[in-house]
Amino acid sequence: MNQPVLDLKKLNKAYGALKVTKNVSLTVASGEIHAVIGPNGAGKTTLIGQISGALRSDSGRVFFAGRDVTGLSVAKRAQRGLGRSFQITAILPDFSVLENVALGVQAKAGHSFRFLRPAAKDPRLNAKALECLDAVGLRARSKVRAGDLSHGEKRVLELAIALAGNPKLLLLDEPMAGAGPEETARLVSVLAALKDRIPILLVEHDMDAVFKLADRISVLVYGEVIASGGAEEIRQNPAVREAYLGTEDNA
Amino acid sequence: MSATLLAVQTLNGLQLGVLLFLIAAGLTLVFGVMDFINLAHGVQYMLGAYLAVAAYQTTGSFWSALLLALVLSLFFGLVLEFFVFRHLYDRDHLDQVLATFGVILFLNEAVKVVWGAAPLSLPIPELLGGSIQLMENLRYPVYRIALIASGLGVAVLLYVLVTRTRIGMLVRAGATNPDIVAALGVNIRRLFMIVFGFGTMLAGFAGIMAAPILSVEPGMGDNLLILAFVVIVIGGIGSIRGAFLAALLIGLVDTLGRSLTTDVARMLLPPAAANDVGPAIASMLIYILMAGVLFFRPSGLFPAGRS
Amino acid sequence: MPTTDFLKNRAVPVVLFVALALIPVYAQVFDDRFVMLFATRILILAIAALSLGFILGLGAMVSFGHAAYLGLGAYAVGILAYHDIWEAWISFPAAILVCAVFAAVTGAISLKTRGVYFIMITLAFGQMAYYTATSLSAYGGDDGLTMWGRSEFFGTSVFSNDTSFYWLVFGTLLAAFLFLKMVAASRFGRVLKGAKQNEARLQAIGIDPFAYRLTAFVIAGVIAGLAGALMANQAEFVAPAYMSWHRSGELIVMVVLGGMGYLHGAIIGAVAYLVLEEVLSGYTQHWRLIFGPLLILVVLYARGGILGAIKGRAP
Repeated sequence: MNQPVLDLKKLNKAYGALKVTKNVSLTVASGEIHAVIGPNGAGKTTLIGQISGALRSDSGRVFFAGRDVTGLSVAKRAQRGLGRSFQITAILPDFSVLENVALGVQAKAGHSFRFLRPAAKDPRLNAKALECLDAVGLRARSKVRAGDLSHGEKRVLELAIALAGNPKLLLLDEPMAGAGPEETARLVSVLAALKDRIPILLVEHDMDAVFKLADRISVLVYGEVIASGGAEEIRQNPAVREAYLGTEDNA
Repeated sequence: MSATLLAVQTLNGLQLGVLLFLIAAGLTLVFGVMDFINLAHGVQYMLGAYLAVAAYQTTGSFWSALLLALVLSLFFGLVLEFFVFRHLYDRDHLDQVLATFGVILFLNEAVKVVWGAAPLSLPIPELLGGSIQLMENLRYPVYRIALIASGLGVAVLLYVLVTRTRIGMLVRAGATNPDIVAALGVNIRRLFMIVFGFGTMLAGFAGIMAAPILSVEPGMGDNLLILAFVVIVIGGIGSIRGAFLAALLIGLVDTLGRSLTTDVARMLLPPAAANDVGPAIASMLIYILMAGVLFFRPSGLFPAGRS
Repeated sequence: MPTTDFLKNRAVPVVLFVALALIPVYAQVFDDRFVMLFATRILILAIAALSLGFILGLGAMVSFGHAAYLGLGAYAVGILAYHDIWEAWISFPAAILVCAVFAAVTGAISLKTRGVYFIMITLAFGQMAYYTATSLSAYGGDDGLTMWGRSEFFGTSVFSNDTSFYWLVFGTLLAAFLFLKMVAASRFGRVLKGAKQNEARLQAIGIDPFAYRLTAFVIAGVIAGLAGALMANQAEFVAPAYMSWHRSGELIVMVVLGGMGYLHGAIIGAVAYLVLEEVLSGYTQHWRLIFGPLLILVVLYARGGILGAIKGRAP
């Protein structure tokens, strides 16, 4: 059995008396999509912060690609291959689509203290960037100013930026949020095609997408993982139904 | 340095600290609540001093000049708010810096045109004239003591206003989380006007109180403005308590530093070199202090978000 | 299309530099020494404005203490001259070194902060340099230090002749412009521009912008220091006033007045500001009375600066 790519061991985080994550342990193995679902306020955003390095955990450890990264910054974890998308789209609006992705390539191509050659014409960066745009089906829009893309296209662009860094894991924070049905379908097929190459930790509200994509699902309620298992198992779990799915059905 | 001199310098330091607090308090409130950086706050202090001199020239009484200048400071502050500042609240900080810099250029020049470039002064009121014996060998002017006392009085008043009143609660909430204040259905415009007007009056009050002991001249607010920035940065933006403590700290460090560094340098260096090096180090002292504080506490000693 | 590309990106700076290059010719033909000296002063400040425009436009670093570098560069030349060292090969590298160290130390502290903190802290450090200069009683203190001559270049008098000094300043400006243009287009420049738009995104792809910002801050400080070294030579005098916070404010005004989206905007802004000052002060010594409100109006109503107005919209 090979080692999981991401291994969270008993993560805790509290704001004052409020415990936002409690002893969260979960793993993502290669070749799988592990989805984390939970009602609003369950601590998903905090958990994402703890994994990405934006938030410091009170206790517990994060192992990524076999190394303990608990003490590392966001940038250092990204350097090690943790690619991510944000809940609220984070792209560089004044750059072209291509430049957004090319910067992602550049970030992985050693340091950027290179002052001489124009980056925009660097074939080493652009070729790889176009490849990533191909992978998500956004190549035709490569010259467009990223800020002018439609909302769904921006979500796809974020994915392309993450791919540009050759990630060992994708950490996706509600990638379908705000995307229309067509765009969601496109994202689902893109992610399904990716997962063999790159395992994914998916935090998502769109239950259809989650049940279509996820190999495993963990349910987070009040900062605790109350259930973890395959799609069918989670659907049948009474605690989950009560805490979460029952209310979400109407949404 | 003798104990007497040390005591005098400490009082002088407190006096500078109090002036700085009066300026920094308005600045930090306005910034905390409105996210507005007002470089023109220093010229509003200057304007207070000039208005006091002008009012004294017409009325001949310090006390009516004080009152009149306070009202006029408020009036001019609100005029500026109406014509310039309120158009800048939702602009970025760079725009605010530039436009208020324009106000500085204008007002520094305007006082030159109206009152001339030569320094003016305001006589100390009779009631607060003379000096009192504080210790053996130590007499200190009553007016300066009154200045320190009035500054401390304002600090207490502000503390009560901010912690005990509804407006104060909104101000504190606004400094921490402006969206919540908006969500409470408060008339933000009016809150801004009140906070801004109050800050303006504090700056004007500082100018009026300083007029009898400092020379009233164009540009007199510029230096204090930058010191007030240092105070705010050390104290934490939006925090009245931070502004108060940091203002006293800066006042004391700057004043005592100026008399102590040369003495210290004399112990280490030959006298001629010490006389050169001492003042140079003294003038860097508060900035080094600021850098040190920032190194350990990047958002100041009392960041508004946490207290 | 290459022609419209040229019109869009190259035409303005090319016209600008050609026009600046024609000034010595004009001065020669019409025997107008004043224009020559005035233009030299403009170009020196344009170098400083350009360096500020680089960090302000590309990296959104609103440094309010940039005049400190003008002063540090000038004092390096002035103090060495006071000790009878006139060789530019010594004094200019000294100016660069002093500015690089000051920028590295103050930048490392300031760049830990953001927004208004950054503005206030750079302002405070600028003021620190100013008051330190006023307390240098050995070098004139408040009154400044008169240099009895100009730098030499391997013993030649490049600095002393009006025309050759102009070309030296012009060359420095052009070189600085081309260098910063190159840097802006490089991988390094791309990181700066990206960090300005969304820092979290840069962190998420594995780039911590701090070191890049600091490097840009040092580059800008060094270039402004060169301008200071030239300024000391032009005025044959150095004084704390070079570093006053009003001068720092003026530099920001120049950058914004010209248009922040382009490096050459700062040069155009410097020309516009100083010509406007010259013209207004011809009417009244209280020209700030007009300039202050004008600045407010520009901020409120003309946000793209002069270049923004030329191109019809802010970049």
